[in-house]
Amino acid sequence: MKTIFDKGMDLSEVEVVRHYTALSRRNFGVDLGFYPLGSCTMKYNPKVCEDTARLDGFTGIHPLQPAKTVQGAMQLMYKLEKMLCEITGFARFSLQPAAGAQGELTGIMIMRAHFQEKGEQREKILVPDSAHGTNPASVSLCGFQAVELKSDSEGNVDLADLREKMDEKIAGIMITNPNTLGLFDTNIEKVCEIVHSKGGLVYGDGANMNAMLGICRPRELGIDIMHLNLHKTFSTPHGGGGPGSGPVGVVEELVDFLPVPLIEKNGENYEFNSKGKKSIGKVRSFYGNFGVMVKAFTYIKALGAVGLREVAEVAVLNANYLKEKLKPHYKLAFDRVCQHEFVLSDEGLANGVTTNDVAKRLLDYGVHPPTVYFPLIVKGAIMIEPTETETRETLNNFVDIMITIKQEAEKQPELVKEAPHSMPVKRLDAVKAAREPNLRWKE
Amino acid sequence: MENPADRKYTKEHEWIKIDGDIATVGITDYAQHALTDIVFVELPEVGKQVEKDKQLCVLESVKSVTDVFAPLSGEVVEANSKLEAQPEKLNNSPFNAWIAKIKIKDKSEVEQLIEAKEYTEYVDSLEH
Amino acid sequence: MKFIPHSESEKKEMLKEAGVSSFEELFKDVPAKKKLKQDLNLGKPLSEMQLRQEIEELASKNKNAKQLKLFLGAGCYNHFIPATVGAIVGRSEFYTAYTPYQPEMSQGMLQAIYEWQSHICLLTGMDIANASMYDGASACAEAMLMAKTATRRKKMVVAGALNPEYLAVLKTYANANSLELKEVAIEETGKAVDEETACVIVQNPDFLGRVQKLNELGKKVHEKGALLVVAIAEALSLASIEKPAGYGADIVAMEAQSFGNPMSFGGPHPGVIACREKLVRQIPGRLVGKTTDSDGKDGFILTMQAREQHIRRAKAGSNICSNQALCALASTVYLSTVGWKGLKEIAEQNHQNAEYLAEKLEAKGFELPYGKEFFNEFVVKKENAKELQAKLLEKGIVFGHSLSENKLLVAVTEMNSMKEIDELIEAIGG
Repeated sequence: MKTIFDKGMDLSEVEVVRHYTALSRRNFGVDLGFYPLGSCTMKYNPKVCEDTARLDGFTGIHPLQPAKTVQGAMQLMYKLEKMLCEITGFARFSLQPAAGAQGELTGIMIMRAHFQEKGEQREKILVPDSAHGTNPASVSLCGFQAVELKSDSEGNVDLADLREKMDEKIAGIMITNPNTLGLFDTNIEKVCEIVHSKGGLVYGDGANMNAMLGICRPRELGIDIMHLNLHKTFSTPHGGGGPGSGPVGVVEELVDFLPVPLIEKNGENYEFNSKGKKSIGKVRSFYGNFGVMVKAFTYIKALGAVGLREVAEVAVLNANYLKEKLKPHYKLAFDRVCQHEFVLSDEGLANGVTTNDVAKRLLDYGVHPPTVYFPLIVKGAIMIEPTETETRETLNNFVDIMITIKQEAEKQPELVKEAPHSMPVKRLDAVKAAREPNLRWKE
Repeated sequence: MENPADRKYTKEHEWIKIDGDIATVGITDYAQHALTDIVFVELPEVGKQVEKDKQLCVLESVKSVTDVFAPLSGEVVEANSKLEAQPEKLNNSPFNAWIAKIKIKDKSEVEQLIEAKEYTEYVDSLEH
Repeated sequence: MKFIPHSESEKKEMLKEAGVSSFEELFKDVPAKKKLKQDLNLGKPLSEMQLRQEIEELASKNKNAKQLKLFLGAGCYNHFIPATVGAIVGRSEFYTAYTPYQPEMSQGMLQAIYEWQSHICLLTGMDIANASMYDGASACAEAMLMAKTATRRKKMVVAGALNPEYLAVLKTYANANSLELKEVAIEETGKAVDEETACVIVQNPDFLGRVQKLNELGKKVHEKGALLVVAIAEALSLASIEKPAGYGADIVAMEAQSFGNPMSFGGPHPGVIACREKLVRQIPGRLVGKTTDSDGKDGFILTMQAREQHIRRAKAGSNICSNQALCALASTVYLSTVGWKGLKEIAEQNHQNAEYLAEKLEAKGFELPYGKEFFNEFVVKKENAKELQAKLLEKGIVFGHSLSENKLLVAVTEMNSMKEIDELIEAIGG
């Protein structure tokens, strides 16, 4: 399709609208169909959240208006923070980080500030081999060295490896629980205990919090710092890649290090508190992605305590249901009860058909492919997270499609290897894109 | 593709051509296959002191990043800047597309390199 | 509201087919002692109607721009948003999508981002722009990290008046990276820059609204092998003043909220990072490139991903993962809707309105301590200005951002009509 620039620089409204509407029809969202993208929690995004976020009283306010003219917004942020504390058990949250990765960065900065204050020289942070790439990247951005920890045969953190590596030079660990294999780490309490015994801190990557809502609180498992992804767990839409929001929660002892300002309630009034002398400072301008906060607040209010627990239960139910249905047909990386997601491998597919081929063939069946080739510790990983909002019918249909693709791999491998056949474009040349970068329109 | 006998090798899949105290370094055909299409080469700076088995340069394919380790210690005296615009040369003719020339610091390290025959046997053992 | 489709009997059947007897068994790996014994204290689920009422009540406690006369900027601006923006951004094919990792199924968003990158390059004169950043302030911090990697130097200089929000974020990132961050007056920049300086960060128009002439500064910075980072908090100014590429910018870190994104109490907004070709390896975040498919047909794809955290992990130059795709889409639709001619007109109107107000204020005895070389924002000085500001608020007028007891930073956009400006002047009184 031509770019807008090929059509002209001063177009009529109808030309602009037709152009972008045509583009939207070449895109795929949760409203169009199943989107089992592992670790991304692509659940249905309730429409009411879009409506509330678009109220003039929220979109039409300036971040530097006098506090007395924005009390409703501050109250919403204050209440949202309290809700997140209740859900996770942490003492306080900063809502400022704009995304999960920025939440991680904030968390590691807090760890750094904590040890600086104590006058301790700690240079390394442990990161399990199944972690998201943002984890080691956040660690090095704050001047720490990432040390990889092995996973054991059950998919948990390898305790022997942890015991060997954990010492007084290690600032702590970044752990994702449930992990990226979709498994609740049965060693979690032990992991926290070992790290704490050497004076280290435990950072929890909250990407997979959906499976824990109302079931248990990360704080009570021994986590000290954690970010949540409002755009995953609390159903704010992903927007084609953002905006997200990555609030960071901490235990009581670390509250003073949180980014400023925090919102305090003074009598009936809400105030910004920028005093925190030990604060790491600001990570983003103003208060963060407020519009995203309104959606998450609306979502939590809509579901209430009972609803949130049902979210976790059904998310885990749907994942286990799919896992059991697919297990006879695809190699399952870890055969145990999973949480919100599970990981298959392309081992044993006929005629050299790979994970990528399966993913591309799924496009032809109108399903967004799962996360592929991650985590790195599973060969040809296919990471499936159905979420709680999908019907049994959708799940059954997906199982049928996956079985069909497996059979196609046996009988008509070219059909799978050359897929997709029904998309606006066929497989794109990624090598050409990287070797001869064309990153903008030129006259 | 055959591994030419006019040079030496490492088990990290590099070839090394020795000319006096200058070692010319590249990657083998086996390596370029394993890396798939190379899209970018981060060349070492000329003048950089490299240590044996430490990072010499970085190769990027579409979905991976690989460190190339220095087979010998010494100073980088030349880097093949043609690879910046044409990284595909590493795929198309790996034994001609050299990456860097190193002025050898410690001649004894040369003895640790292996001959083409031994390298070929090693690669065969990996494939079976 | 029902967001979970399963009936109770369906749940039971599915549990059985999943090979477990109860929900309890699904959570058997959670330590028994740590399982919550009672409901969270979050209240009961609300019906959609109750929910709307409760949240509308919160919204109504705020005074929004339609109810106020807003003369406030300082990094966030009240601009008009054409209806096309909402219509396109509201399409759920866009907003309920994830990052376009499967390009064949995401050509729409990929092409929109390619168009955004193109718009940004055309506006700034830079060679490369990425798929967007969290905001202007963190883009500025990432630009500093780019300069560190590109020059292998650790000294950063902030020249002149930088938006305090940007400065605060720079400080946080510099501290975590053990970088030296020095603030100098713009005239002192030459002296402050040496062979160890990675970059000079300068805002244009600066925080005090001044449009800067930066050609000479750019030369001085480059003489020492450092990079010039230009921060822009009011993107609309690009339609009125010289492009950063013209005065030697190596990196542009910008806030593009002004293009089609509501103020929303400060976010979400699209941040911009754009740079010269030579820095492409250091640019953080996602990049969309044009390529061809196996039939030779044009298409778009995320490219040069080996720079990024999901591949480089600990060796990545930035940990950024997401972008602000939907905000960037809003800006793209905005720019395409108003067109180049329209954008220039809007910028011109901003400037004229600001000049009009400045003149009227001068007539009222206000000083303009930083001169008249401004775009749509300027500082005024008068004794007890802060008190006056409080008085005007009672009349529903937000008269600028207070810098001190007697100085205010005042912004004027196309949304402040002549009539509104006259009303402000009248309210200020004798």
